[in-house]
Amino acid sequence: MKRLWRWLIPLAAIPVLALLAYGFRVSPRDIPSPLVGRPAPAFVLATLEGAPLSLESHRGKVVVVNFWASWCYPACYEEAPVLERNWRGYRERGVVVMGLDIQDKRDAAQKFVGDFGLTFPVAQDLKGTVSVDYGVYGVPETFFVDRQGRIRVKHVGAVTDDVFKTTVDRLLTEPATP
Amino acid sequence: MSRVTLALLATLIVLGATSFAAGAQGASPVNEQTVYDIATQLRCVVCQNLSVADSPSEMASQMRGIIRERLAAGESPAQVQRYFVDRYGEWILLSPPRRGFNLLVWLLPLAAVVVGLAAAATLIWRWSHRTRGARPAPAAVDAAMSERIRRELERES
Repeated sequence: MKRLWRWLIPLAAIPVLALLAYGFRVSPRDIPSPLVGRPAPAFVLATLEGAPLSLESHRGKVVVVNFWASWCYPACYEEAPVLERNWRGYRERGVVVMGLDIQDKRDAAQKFVGDFGLTFPVAQDLKGTVSVDYGVYGVPETFFVDRQGRIRVKHVGAVTDDVFKTTVDRLLTEPATP
Repeated sequence: MSRVTLALLATLIVLGATSFAAGAQGASPVNEQTVYDIATQLRCVVCQNLSVADSPSEMASQMRGIIRERLAAGESPAQVQRYFVDRYGEWILLSPPRRGFNLLVWLLPLAAVVVGLAAAATLIWRWSHRTRGARPAPAAVDAAMSERIRRELERES
């Protein structure tokens, strides 16, 4: 009986340690999005120039939906040139980049677009409905939508050339219809 | 115009007027308490341990706006909650639903209390019994030993 107890107490600690080991390895910041693999929520917004911007009108293309804000420093400032460069490089191949500015002031957004010379369409999500539809936690977050209109990759943090190219190249090889 | 059509017309007018009045008076027909109740169950996504009801952040205030709009559009509180869970996963709920694997979170503390109480009871029972019954008799010191102790004490003093 005594011997059993001597073993039982350290043994009881094992599950607790295992749980802690698991818990401390998981980053509380990467929360898997339930939207990956599901159809991208539709939206219609107005660009800063006043033109309508919708996901639906680009069906059949690979769409990169980027949520950003002018106050999101430094990550949004790092990725803006990356997005612009890749938009220019891929737009002829059926790829659309769209920037959705959230929780921001119009002037600040316009200045940001001007400073980086962004030429892809940018719209403000003034009420936050689109960002909540996409389950956005913070900025920047980028959703890669395939040619069938499904969200395939959610990237949290600044997009790099590498992430953009590998993801978009892979989605471009897929057919537009199932 | 027959009487029946007149009556029908009158009813329609009255109905239209009342519904218009209801619509006008209830520019916000949404019960703010319901908005608050839903918001308290949702985690503010940009905060640490704050609900959407308690957070002053813009994201939370936009989420409260979305809750209000969805309720105004006729959704039930459960449907509104479902909408957020669909977008953010169960993570968004401040208390996990009581089913499946999540039950562990509810049951483990209870189990721990039961086990702890049982362990404490056993130990208390054992200690109280040991002191009452089987107290070991003082070891008999043999004559040679007591003689030796006496001699050493004398030498010290």
